[in-house]
Amino acid sequence: MTMEGKIQQISVFARNEPGRIKRITEVLSCEKINIRAITIASGDDYGVIKLLVSDPRRAYRVLKREGFSVALNKVIAVQMEDKPGGLYRLLEILAENEINVEDAYGFVIKSGETAVLVINVKDIEKGIKILSQQPVKLLVEKDLYEL
Amino acid sequence: MKSFTKEQVLEEGKNSIEFLKREELEKIQVNRLKKTIERANNSPFYKNIFKKEGIHPEDIKCTDDIRKLPFTTREDLRENFPFGFIALSLNKIVRVHTSTGTTGKPKAIFFSKKDVDEAAGLIARCMRMTGAGPGDVFQNMMSYGLFTGGLVFHYGAEKAGVLVIPAGAGNTEKQIELMRDFKTTIVHITPSYALYLADILEEKGIDPEEELNLQVVYLGAEPYSQKTREKIEKIYGVNAFNCYGLSEMNGPGVGFECPLKDGLHIWEDNFILEVVDPLTGEPLPDGREGELVLTTINREAMPIIRYRTGDITFIYPQVCGCGRTHRKISPIKGRTDDMFIIKGVNVFPSEVERVLMDTPEVARNYQIVIERERSLDIMRIRVEIKKRFFDGSLEHLKELQEKIKSKVKSELMVTPRVELLEPGTLPRTTGKSKRVIDKRRL
Repeated sequence: MTMEGKIQQISVFARNEPGRIKRITEVLSCEKINIRAITIASGDDYGVIKLLVSDPRRAYRVLKREGFSVALNKVIAVQMEDKPGGLYRLLEILAENEINVEDAYGFVIKSGETAVLVINVKDIEKGIKILSQQPVKLLVEKDLYEL
Repeated sequence: MKSFTKEQVLEEGKNSIEFLKREELEKIQVNRLKKTIERANNSPFYKNIFKKEGIHPEDIKCTDDIRKLPFTTREDLRENFPFGFIALSLNKIVRVHTSTGTTGKPKAIFFSKKDVDEAAGLIARCMRMTGAGPGDVFQNMMSYGLFTGGLVFHYGAEKAGVLVIPAGAGNTEKQIELMRDFKTTIVHITPSYALYLADILEEKGIDPEEELNLQVVYLGAEPYSQKTREKIEKIYGVNAFNCYGLSEMNGPGVGFECPLKDGLHIWEDNFILEVVDPLTGEPLPDGREGELVLTTINREAMPIIRYRTGDITFIYPQVCGCGRTHRKISPIKGRTDDMFIIKGVNVFPSEVERVLMDTPEVARNYQIVIERERSLDIMRIRVEIKKRFFDGSLEHLKELQEKIKSKVKSELMVTPRVELLEPGTLPRTTGKSKRVIDKRRL
């Protein structure tokens, strides 16, 4: 059962070298999978590349087939207005409820209008419960296809 | 396969040379050592040395008198390549092998017909000790040719009465096919290839424990850790026995584990074993770790006296529970030459391997790179992590990195840098693998 607000994020473990990210995007492009957002968290010699894509399950299978170390994780995606203070208010609410944000990144869909914030928290159910009481829109996977 | 209880083995072996009383074994050793000196005197190399140092067979009254004799080194073998050590006329020599040459140039080892037969006899003894015999199907995955692991073991296996498949090294697809077609029960294999083969079987979706007939694995030609052995035993669902040998001493089967799998018996009716301090050459008492020194006392074409093997081990001070009187050495901890010194600490790659194999997240391949950064020595351990361990979290990867780092530090007293790699990054080898890359320019 997919609860409102949870979307699948792809993570790929890769050594820190230019060709690897290119290869990942190449594989996805061949499969006509659209990348909505990409972010790289780096260790020393390696990194974790996180992706929001149009078809996460297929992307997972395809990358796995190509030999990548890949994982599927649930994250929360919040759609909000692209204006100053929007992000601050959201994080404040999470902090008040003692929800620690392990990782977050955002992307703008339409400048000055809509932005999406992707957050990764330990207790995802609790995070969703709290955010759903706020005047924000929690995205579902279908929304990602249609962005 | 026929399995023996300890009692049965003791019963059957009571009259065999494996269970001979020490005094009698030592009598054989003294006699054979005298004969060896006589024979060696026919070789240009030893003739010269014996003359210079005034050595005569009569000097040998007990086995300890071997200490009066000079060491033979790898350099001696190389410098006197190819015929300087031959103690028989060439027309009595039927075979030559050369060493695998892990380090440096090759060395030539010659066999008479009797030598070939005696070497085979020792292998047969080793195999019987592990319960192998007629009815077993033995696949030899060691390279045939100049390397002794192929041919010498092959002759021994035939002597033990098993069906031998001379598969040779590599060609993994074929190996798997042979194992399935002939229902192989025993393989002779390097530990790194055993792990590689396991990867390929996994990729093909073949469960080695369910779909192969393997019961016993002989692991040889490379030093490896107890953890690696356990890993191989678990993957294949087999008993894995440690097999030690070197071309200079016939090849495989110089030392072999009995069913107790705690140390390797050296056949002392064929070899005199000593462990010496690698720096001073002083003999060390049993139980103390040092360099293994071996003397052939049952070889005619090419006797070698007090050979510095370069292998680090110790002799078990106590008698083995299996009842065999021939003493045991510990599994080879490393070589005097693949040991490296970093920040003043002696490090054996096998110790690093033990830590890694004890870390479930780590896959089977690793590499140690030693570098010098602003006059500081740095040990970098490059490990591949298992695909299924990756859960998308960078934090977990960092924790794993820290865990390996602190484990290595507490066990080896050296703080390494740990580099995590995707599976398949490091080169996979089918033979002796080169685990250590020393980039220091000293």
